Amino acid sequence: MQDYAQQVLEGSPRAAARLISWLEDEDERALDVMERLYPHTGRAYIVGITGSPGAGKSTLTDKLTFALRRQGLTVGIIAVDPSSPFTGGAVLGDRVRMSRLSTDPGVFIRSMATRGFLGGLAKATGEVVKVLDAFGKDVIVIETVGVGQDEVDIIRLADTTCLVLVPGLGDTIQSMKAGVMEIADIFVINKADRPGADQLYAEVTTRVEQDAHLKERAWTPPVVRTVAVEDQGVDRLLEAVHDHRRFLEDSGALEDKRRRRAREETLQMIHGELFRRIRDRLTADGELEALVDEIAAKRRSPYRVMREVIGRWLKE
Amino acid sequence: MAQERKIKIIVAKPGLDGHDRGAKLLARIFAEAGMEVVYTGLRQTPEMIVETALQEDADVVGLSSLSGVHMYFFPRVVQLLREKGLDDVLVVGGGIIPSEDIPELKKAGVAEIFGPGTPTAKIVEFIKQNVRRRD
Repeated sequence: MQDYAQQVLEGSPRAAARLISWLEDEDERALDVMERLYPHTGRAYIVGITGSPGAGKSTLTDKLTFALRRQGLTVGIIAVDPSSPFTGGAVLGDRVRMSRLSTDPGVFIRSMATRGFLGGLAKATGEVVKVLDAFGKDVIVIETVGVGQDEVDIIRLADTTCLVLVPGLGDTIQSMKAGVMEIADIFVINKADRPGADQLYAEVTTRVEQDAHLKERAWTPPVVRTVAVEDQGVDRLLEAVHDHRRFLEDSGALEDKRRRRAREETLQMIHGELFRRIRDRLTADGELEALVDEIAAKRRSPYRVMREVIGRWLKE
Repeated sequence: MAQERKIKIIVAKPGLDGHDRGAKLLARIFAEAGMEVVYTGLRQTPEMIVETALQEDADVVGLSSLSGVHMYFFPRVVQLLREKGLDDVLVVGGGIIPSEDIPELKKAGVAEIFGPGTPTAKIVEFIKQNVRRRD
């Protein structure tokens, strides 16, 4: 077998690309490779770009990446788009806005389909971040699927989360709600040349001011206006990202964030592996179908079955 | 148990013609068939297409050309894929392509050419039958 860990560390895009496929497919071979890459992770800075469909996330990611490249930084981009709940297929279209980046050796772009995973990301997104980190990218930009109000998983992965808003999608009530409006480290008002942008800017600024009164927060999210297609305001956005990074580093919050991430990740891995093993055992000899038959015939309840299965597994 | 392997396909428009209706429709058809489709958009150079295939670990590259540039672009994509060690990636083409060009394109390594009016089910089937088995 090829030594993908070594090849990724040496900068082989092909090895990185294949390893990412293994992670997406939950191929067991990825585990050993990831274990060897793990000591080489933790260097990259992780930026999340989230917002509603059509807000301009891909264009902003493209322009932000160009700005990072001008500063001499290398960039990994993970662009997530939804899978069809009916066919399992997906059209991954984020690269359309990033065409000119595709031949830059300092940039690696990977599209991911959600494959049924909720929360705005794909299940393996966190692992792919680690691959690109070990691969040597200085900054990793994660572009989420177009989100509604409650897809906030990005904050578990990103050091800095940018929420992209555009004029014309709602009134002040929207900016009062919980969920996605709460997760921004930086608010981006994109398409700021459109009607309603000033009003949106005022509403978001008001919300930020209210937050300052309502809860103690060491960081006040800046509100940045951009016109991504015209490359306007992007340098200011990048400045805000660097500011937030400095704040996290100086206050020790970055370390806290990463510790929290490690805890969640470890629990998730244990959860995933336990589930996988139990499911594989149950499906290998058809036991699961037999149990489902009994449940469907109301001879047993799913609660009872769950307790029995877990009880037996723990004894083993 | 690993997840079921999905076919990943790049749908790309090389060259300068601006007609992407066909390519977009095909992208949707492949997605409907359960594939993960990376749509690159218009005006792709062979280098861009091949880098995309490399980073995305694509199984298939589908090229659409309506402007007569296929004799340069299609073989060039195959050649660059080989140079990158991606010789197991299936390359298929479509669009306005004179039938007398097809033998030479196939000789250059394009697996199949689908002209206008090809039933889309046939294209999907061809890809499913001929896609690489990923190790």
